[in-house]
Amino acid sequence: MIRNLRRYIDKIKPNFTKGGKFAWLQSTFEAFESFLFVPDETTKRGCHIRDAIDLKRTMITVVIALMPALLFGIWNIGYQHFLAIAESATFWQTFGFGLLKALPVIVVSYVTGLAIEFAFAQIRHHQVNEGYLVTGMLIPMVLPPDIPLWMVAVATAFAVLIGKEAFGGTGMNLVNPALTARAFLFFAYPSVMSGDKVWIADQPDAFTGATPLGILANGGTELPDAWTMLWGGIPGSMGETSVIAIALGAILLLVTGIASWRIMLSVVLGGGLMGLVFNLIGANAYMQLPFYYHYLMGGFMFGAVFMATDPVTAAQTNTGKWIYGFLIGAFAVMLRVLNEAYAEGMMLAILLMNCFAPLIDHCVIARNIKMRQKRAIVQQKTSAR
Amino acid sequence: MASEIKIRQGLDIKLKGKAERMVDGIEAEFFALQPTDFVGLTPRLLVKEGDEVKVGTALMQAKHDERIRFVSPVSGTVSEVRRGPKRLLEAIVVKSDGKFETLDFKVGAPSRESLTQSLLETGLWPMIRQRPFGTIAKPDDRPKAFFVSAFDSAPLAPDMDFLAEHFPDSLQKGLDVLNILSEGKLYLCVHTEKTQSEVLLKAKNVQLHRFSGPHPSGNVGTQINRIYPINKGETVWFCGLPEVINIGHFFRTGQLDFSRLYAVAGSGLQHPHYLLTKLGAAISALVENNLKDDHQRIVSGNVLTGKAVTENDFLGFYHHQLSVIPEGDRRHELIGWLWPGFKKFSVSRTFPSGFIPNALHPDYELDTNYHGEERAYVMTGEFEKVFPFDIYPLQLIKACLVGDIDLMENLGIYEVEPEDFALCEFVDTSKTDIQAIIREALEKLRKEAEG
Repeated sequence: MIRNLRRYIDKIKPNFTKGGKFAWLQSTFEAFESFLFVPDETTKRGCHIRDAIDLKRTMITVVIALMPALLFGIWNIGYQHFLAIAESATFWQTFGFGLLKALPVIVVSYVTGLAIEFAFAQIRHHQVNEGYLVTGMLIPMVLPPDIPLWMVAVATAFAVLIGKEAFGGTGMNLVNPALTARAFLFFAYPSVMSGDKVWIADQPDAFTGATPLGILANGGTELPDAWTMLWGGIPGSMGETSVIAIALGAILLLVTGIASWRIMLSVVLGGGLMGLVFNLIGANAYMQLPFYYHYLMGGFMFGAVFMATDPVTAAQTNTGKWIYGFLIGAFAVMLRVLNEAYAEGMMLAILLMNCFAPLIDHCVIARNIKMRQKRAIVQQKTSAR
Repeated sequence: MASEIKIRQGLDIKLKGKAERMVDGIEAEFFALQPTDFVGLTPRLLVKEGDEVKVGTALMQAKHDERIRFVSPVSGTVSEVRRGPKRLLEAIVVKSDGKFETLDFKVGAPSRESLTQSLLETGLWPMIRQRPFGTIAKPDDRPKAFFVSAFDSAPLAPDMDFLAEHFPDSLQKGLDVLNILSEGKLYLCVHTEKTQSEVLLKAKNVQLHRFSGPHPSGNVGTQINRIYPINKGETVWFCGLPEVINIGHFFRTGQLDFSRLYAVAGSGLQHPHYLLTKLGAAISALVENNLKDDHQRIVSGNVLTGKAVTENDFLGFYHHQLSVIPEGDRRHELIGWLWPGFKKFSVSRTFPSGFIPNALHPDYELDTNYHGEERAYVMTGEFEKVFPFDIYPLQLIKACLVGDIDLMENLGIYEVEPEDFALCEFVDTSKTDIQAIIREALEKLRKEAEG
């Protein structure tokens, strides 16, 4: 069967190369071909052997790492719904309800994003980059379950066009595309992205389904207990609620070495330290909240594991990564506690540091340059003696 | 003796088909000089097809400095002057008569001037190269240091201990000569584990430095960077161990002899071994009756930095080994990016091999498959793990790509050669040709510097 498929692809291939009927679809064809079969290209110049890893492998590893959080999130949509309407449901009913809510959002995200990616690759005569495999999964996971599908499409288009392609495509973008989509919706349609009516699917009017951060931002103190927030049975964006599920993904990313442990660790350190500083000040109830609660609430962990570690938009030097991650954690907690207008500080903290990452790298590299210039002067002096 | 210098970033790629410590002699018929082996050289041809030559007869000279001559490694007749596109001189082929008659040269007094004169006359001079740029050393320069690496850490590399034990006297004599040439600033770099030979460890007239750690610890670029880094406007000369032996042999005996002990290795061969022949031997003779089948990549040099050749070509001037590995174009794996891939080698731990410590794993049989397609740079931090310089590799590569000369200089372009980036190219997820990028940038700078 495999051989027949291969033969068929080889047969139709000429149509898609230059001069063929469908030459205008060349990038699209190549994307699908290399998706199905590893290209049998050999090295032409430089190293005659190459490491087995490529960008497909990298991106698919991230997608696999997202799976625990996604599957839990789908179940949690149903769980929160049946909790709100006070009905009991079996596991499969719960999961099925969530799937019906989540799947359309995922499909819309992928279809919109990939259509734009393919079109741009075609126009530029580039090959289609694998980056959107991850972005397309991240976008649904940072949105509330009841988000209207047309908004998903608009936000995705905005993120891919303005956030990514305008800068030159995968690898060139300044800010994280998935967070760009979320920020776009957050500022353009705040009514579907905040408050206590959006986090539970098909929520009855009488029920208030605020997230822990929402409760705190409105001056409340009645939080779910820490254990519930840890395993994730709370309202929130589709993928962000379960710290345990996210941790499973984090383990895969750290073990495979795909995501930077420096960034993950420094985000956690930065957030924790800022939480402790607020504990010391202790001016109001929010400040007195144990610092580790910040890890359990909202998108802190999701951001630390999957968003802050995006290699393209993070700092690129190892020293820079420490600074970048630490400031994300610190700013996220600071925004949460001090700014009541935005209940969730993580998204804005990451986007802010995305913008500052090149500056951080610039400073780190400037030190290296200075060292080199200094060395030249010192050595010239000693040799002149 | 200086203390040990530890190289932490790097990678030893263990390949199947290491050369057995066993010397076989061959009667190669054809030998050649290939002008394209020399960076930035414009050659002037001095012979024509049919000319009789002896060992030491000049075949060509450098246009920029006519004192730099390139001589025949054997005696016989010039059988072919091979030209490529645009009449580019590709090779001057000499058919050996098997007698190795040599021209007579005088061994001068042991002073810097007369040694330089002798090296230029005998055609041994091109064996000495300089950094930056990797060009043939300029006879009138006074380098700030002279480096010789006494071990090769590349995959399937020849065991330099073995070579040293084979030609101990010539080696020491060569070091004596280079010590005078460098005015006492000759650095010999050995490895704490790989170097066991007393010939090297007890070498006289050198400043011995000990290195430990994986490849590229044996690259002269790594060693220079750790001991005496190059600043803008400075030059360092360097020379390989087999070249030192050739130089030493002449000054010891007064006879020119371009004997070379080449490692012929790789999983594409039936019997990987060492071959004793002369500089620039024909590939066909080196692999005769030894290839597993005809679908192999033959590489002059090592598999990270070498040049792909065919049986019609010749070993490169600066290459000390011939590597043969299988071509990797015969499979189409269905959704190969998803399978575990037990036989694949990766530094990243996205494949099982990444979890097995290098020392425990049996040797790999890697082929020339590209394992993907070229992409924009996405991943960061992966080059730093295999690049032991205090240089930011990704940033330097990007500076080279945009051609920003000031930035390249600031980031340390003069301290590197393409070979220093070979491992970066190997691990690169985005599959870019980093060595070519660095070479192009260096050529641009060289042309600018030379006007």
